[in-house]
Amino acid sequence: MRPFAYARPTNLADTVALLAADGPEARLLAGGTDLIIRLRDGSIRPRIVVDVKRIGELDGEIRQGDGTLTIGALTTMTAIAADERIRRDFTALAEGAAVVGAVQIRNRATLAGNISNASPAADTAPSLLVYGARVVVAGSAGPRRIAIDDWFVRSGVTALARDELVTAVELPIPAGRRGAVHVRRTRRRGHDLASVTLACAVHPDGVTRLAYGSLGPRPVLVGDDSGLLADGGASDHAKADLLDRLFADASPSPRSMRASPDYRLAMLRVLGLRAVRAAVGRLADVERAG
Amino acid sequence: MTTSWPIALTVNGRSRTLEVLAHHTLLEVLRADLALTGTKECCLVGECGACTVLVDGESVDSCLMLAVEADGAAVTTVEGLADGDRLRPLQRSFLASGAAQCGFCIPGQLVSAEALLALTPHPTKAEVEEGLAGNLCRCAGYEQIIEAVLAAAAAELPT
Repeated sequence: MRPFAYARPTNLADTVALLAADGPEARLLAGGTDLIIRLRDGSIRPRIVVDVKRIGELDGEIRQGDGTLTIGALTTMTAIAADERIRRDFTALAEGAAVVGAVQIRNRATLAGNISNASPAADTAPSLLVYGARVVVAGSAGPRRIAIDDWFVRSGVTALARDELVTAVELPIPAGRRGAVHVRRTRRRGHDLASVTLACAVHPDGVTRLAYGSLGPRPVLVGDDSGLLADGGASDHAKADLLDRLFADASPSPRSMRASPDYRLAMLRVLGLRAVRAAVGRLADVERAG
Repeated sequence: MTTSWPIALTVNGRSRTLEVLAHHTLLEVLRADLALTGTKECCLVGECGACTVLVDGESVDSCLMLAVEADGAAVTTVEGLADGDRLRPLQRSFLASGAAQCGFCIPGQLVSAEALLALTPHPTKAEVEEGLAGNLCRCAGYEQIIEAVLAAAAAELPT
């Protein structure tokens, strides 16, 4: 690996000052499961790597309060997949976190790192989109919140400024229950990147939100307010037609090795319908359970 | 700011202090600086699991962790599983099941299985498959490896 300087700031003010001074020459290190691969293959060549894990204001805790579940910037995929509140109220996020890499990766990889790396195939992105997450960041201009749909710009690029870092991800806790699921298509069972990664949430009022990734430069959120997708009695044929219209913006890259554009688009339709069916079923289950 | 860092960590129960370069991974330091060559270098992208070690009890790919990040941590490598010459039940089970063919992946498989059994002492076959999904075996000895983990869990031998 090419040499670089390393800094291990202990507070946010010092971290922001470092980022402001080094700008594009600095890279943030949390779990490192994406960053170290890119440092090694030379696709990034920072002068300095800034390790955020000893910043006093950051932690890996998941806190509930004021109608919000707050996931600290150092929270790992393993912790998210195991958290009872996330499994109950944000099921698709727990399921997405549970399929990132393998155990060794999930023990290191953080949610904040996953969205900051901004891979179009990030498995936590679709669920964060359907749940309307907010990214909390700190920077020279002070803290701010960014709606997750405004966060993703394109592959590897987010709304984060050069002197900013993620401090937490917030999820609004819903008033009622909903049915949600994360599904994906990989080349093989076990450890693989997604050729299609998708989350779906069905609300009791008939609104359905779907988000899909690995089919374009960024993960995409779409919604159905008509009630058709949420209607357990509506035909799969009618739902498939609606999904085709909702997925019209999918634009998979022809350069990716994992799957051809045609295959991804075909699987998006299959997984979309499957996810709607599963989410509707789960909503019916929770409503039946009272 | 310097590229060389003093770190203090525990490796297989023994306190170590050393100077590491910031761009050296935990894998490089374990193998080159501490001569613990049981941990294998292979894919270097976190897919094969040959470099799996425990850091504070959790399995990680040591190729994807800088050595300086392990400052203050307790690291266990495959060399730390046995008690002197006495193999752990899990290791004996690997031998009894013929789980090692070429053997290159086995240190990582053992460490991952150790982490799995610490969390889930009586895993199902599916749980073993998931727990070892980050450890590839190019001899494709998966059946024997999974059998060895299940047998070790079933035997409940004293460590």
